Amino acid sequence: MSARANDSTKDVSSLSNLDLETPEKTYLDSNELIINMGPQHPATHGVLRVILKLDGEKVLGTECVIGYLHRGVEKIAENRTYTMFNPYVDRMDYVAAVSNGLGYCEAVEKLMNVEAPARAKYIRVILTELNRIASHQLWLGTHALDIGAMTPLFYTFRDREEILKIFEKYCGARLTTHAFRIGGCQYETYAGFEKDVKNVLTFFAPKIDEYEALLTTNRIWLERTKNVGVISGADCVALGVTGPVLRASGVQWDLRKAQPYAAYSEFDFEIPIGTNGDTYDRYLVRMAEMRQSLRIIEQAVNGIPEGPIMGKVPKVIKPPVGEIYHSIEAPKGELGYFIVSDGSTQPYRLRVRPPSFVNLQALDIMVRGLLVADVVAVIGTLDIVLGEVDR
Amino acid sequence: MAEEVKSPAPPPPPEGEKKPAAEERAAPTSAAPAKPAAPAKPVGPVPVPWTSPLVEKYRSQYGSGLDAQTYLGQNYLTVDRSLIPDILRLLRDEEQFDYCVDITAVHYPKREKQFDVLWILYSFPRNERVRVKTQIADGASLRSSVSIWPTANWLEREVYDMFGIQFDGHPDLKRILLPDGWKGHPLRKDYGILQQDKEWVQINLGIESGQ
Repeated sequence: MSARANDSTKDVSSLSNLDLETPEKTYLDSNELIINMGPQHPATHGVLRVILKLDGEKVLGTECVIGYLHRGVEKIAENRTYTMFNPYVDRMDYVAAVSNGLGYCEAVEKLMNVEAPARAKYIRVILTELNRIASHQLWLGTHALDIGAMTPLFYTFRDREEILKIFEKYCGARLTTHAFRIGGCQYETYAGFEKDVKNVLTFFAPKIDEYEALLTTNRIWLERTKNVGVISGADCVALGVTGPVLRASGVQWDLRKAQPYAAYSEFDFEIPIGTNGDTYDRYLVRMAEMRQSLRIIEQAVNGIPEGPIMGKVPKVIKPPVGEIYHSIEAPKGELGYFIVSDGSTQPYRLRVRPPSFVNLQALDIMVRGLLVADVVAVIGTLDIVLGEVDR
Repeated sequence: MAEEVKSPAPPPPPEGEKKPAAEERAAPTSAAPAKPAAPAKPVGPVPVPWTSPLVEKYRSQYGSGLDAQTYLGQNYLTVDRSLIPDILRLLRDEEQFDYCVDITAVHYPKREKQFDVLWILYSFPRNERVRVKTQIADGASLRSSVSIWPTANWLEREVYDMFGIQFDGHPDLKRILLPDGWKGHPLRKDYGILQQDKEWVQINLGIESGQ
């Protein structure tokens, strides 16, 4: 494991300057090896192609080739009305569709200068936090599977079902939920919603302990994650990395606290942080985040106010001329929408600031000097969704 | 949302203040026709001048090359293209805007300077956002900001890919989301959504249309 020692020559400005032409001097003076990982590789979580430059097992550099899942979401937005575009955002980060919808609806609401009613905000918070747990569960299952622990995958998929059932009962869809509308929520909560959510709360706390019992002190897990893919807080900031990856590097920053949106300012929760910025800390941070999400949901479901669920928005969404940037803390990091309105029913320009895309840029600096098997671990720990990287 | 409203009082908008970009929009500027009881007011809020020590400092330094406004509580600086790498560096070094959230562009084909290029910046110490905006003509280039924020690397590549805007000094400016052989830059307004059928789908995939 001595090859794990981080190269002190790492430099954040040298990103994606992988020189494939000139060979580097390698151990034993043989030529270095250039191999493709992906795009059809199970550990890349979709269609990500990573070109690896190797000295034996050691990674000298990487280059990501992305865009295999590019659907031109931003171009589509310019050719759809604000209402019609709403379901499209679910298809970006498809494991956290509710977050995507929340960010989009709030951005348009801000542009129109309207606000969702308090009840709608609470419903939004409950569903978004449930979705954060579901997203982290999917991350945990697949990440652990990549590293070789098979059981967590079955546990997390089994338990994630309980959340998806609530989504299905609430809006009829399990993954691409289209749960919110511009101005509030389309649907009132179904009878028994609060009971279901409270059941999930009591059901989940011990389940998270169960996952932790499998991994937190597991010798193999520790060997594979401790000091692997280390990134400092300063490098995270320079690279624009946000979300759990940033927090695991010791930067206590969460948009839910820094610039609260929806109803988050009304709830009491903490921002878990790590110290080393390695794969293990990112694991701990996400586990702690799931518990914090449970805390938020508990407060929200107990304090859910009565009242309307839809704000006063016109039938035809026509924001005044202007532009807005609004971002939320999605499970992967800062998800932002920049919308330019020309006063018509369609966005003049809609830009999505995807957390996965920006975070993926850090892969190169995180894996230099590590072994090929660690690249798999680092891709897993970045928690990317290619639908969002490529859009 | 209590965002970056620092010094200005946004509500009373002085009439006649118009965002320069809005005038040249393709669509009519008179926002929505008067609608009864619609909360989206026909005129809507207008940008108001943004005054703060930061703005004063740079205005005395750069004079007319810089304009600062606030819209819906969000501050933005409109700067001359020639100031671009310097002002971004100063914002990071002196004003602690250490996190470059996003770089993007907007295309206005009817304008002489066709593109707005935007940098969305955030400061961790100040918990404040600012947008820096500049206008450039088609075919003109900008200096890259990769040396200021490494994250600009992929973001600038995406702007190049989608709009064809060149960034001088970028370490590896090439397409990022689209294949290397792609013709045109899709987020330009003159790029029709059916154009890709002729130029990519039919040739490479052998099917009539991707729509």
